[in-house]
Amino acid sequence: MKVWLNGKEVETAATSLTLLTEELDLPVEGVAVAVNNRMVPRSQWADYVLTEGVHIVIIKAACGG
Amino acid sequence: MEKLVIAGREFSSRLFLGTGKFNSNELMTQAIKASGTEMVTVAMKRIELGDKEDDMLQHIINPGIQLLPNTSGVRNAEEAVFAAQMAREAFGTNWLKLEIHPDPRYLLPDSTETLKATEQLVKMGFVVLPYCQADPTLCKHLEEAGAATVMPLGAPIGTNRGLQTRDFLRIIIEQAGVPVVVDAGIGAPSHAAEAMELGASACLVNTAIAVAGDPVAMARAFRQAVEAGRTAYEAGLGVQAESFVAEASSPLTSFLDE
Repeated sequence: MKVWLNGKEVETAATSLTLLTEELDLPVEGVAVAVNNRMVPRSQWADYVLTEGVHIVIIKAACGG
Repeated sequence: MEKLVIAGREFSSRLFLGTGKFNSNELMTQAIKASGTEMVTVAMKRIELGDKEDDMLQHIINPGIQLLPNTSGVRNAEEAVFAAQMAREAFGTNWLKLEIHPDPRYLLPDSTETLKATEQLVKMGFVVLPYCQADPTLCKHLEEAGAATVMPLGAPIGTNRGLQTRDFLRIIIEQAGVPVVVDAGIGAPSHAAEAMELGASACLVNTAIAVAGDPVAMARAFRQAVEAGRTAYEAGLGVQAESFVAEASSPLTSFLDE
């Protein structure tokens, strides 16, 4: 299935947000996910079913003032 | 030194640190420690696929340190509200350094959007610390909107030019009912000491420490400067004379009979 991740089209086997985050090997803390410009709380990742062409934004902690 | 209280949380240190521009996460950690800070800003960025960079957050997480996520990168209130929700989820804190600066040349905060975002974010339960223009009227409006502090700039971000807005900072400090944190432009310990002597509640420093020859020693210098400035403010500074005419501090005794 193809989805948009941070503005790039990527192929993924993941069917839920939890599976996608595992596939991406993200840091344990300091990560947030939005789908179609709406933040999805971590508690809902497991049940969040991904569909073809969905737009996902994933952010992580960065240095900044 | 009196403790600083923001949204019910007590801070012994009145120096807040930004985490940008350090050469390494190790250097950043040592500077944080040397500064004695209890509040550290953190930004957010989009992940990149296959990126294996060191996770900066692991270097700053500490029960004694309040994380202050910022909204750097947003251009208006709508984006700021979205970024704030992402930050709350990512960092598990409702504290937020609200910064909306759409102009990349001067990075000056957009007052209209900052006020609008503050109103919305306060209603959503955020503890909002807005980076703002050194505008006394705006600061009053931000306070009325429920901002936990106001954070007026001394000079544009990263310029190290000190308190260019000095006279307006004085008015803001005089009128504020919330802590005033001087953010941006503080380039030397003397600038920080001056801000504290004026009665600022705290200083937020990043570039001046991060790009110093020895950031750890500079962090210590800023710690001392902020403490000195605050202590001087609490002690009550002497009045500055209107003219250049001296006022003797020793008896002008004659020693030889004329």
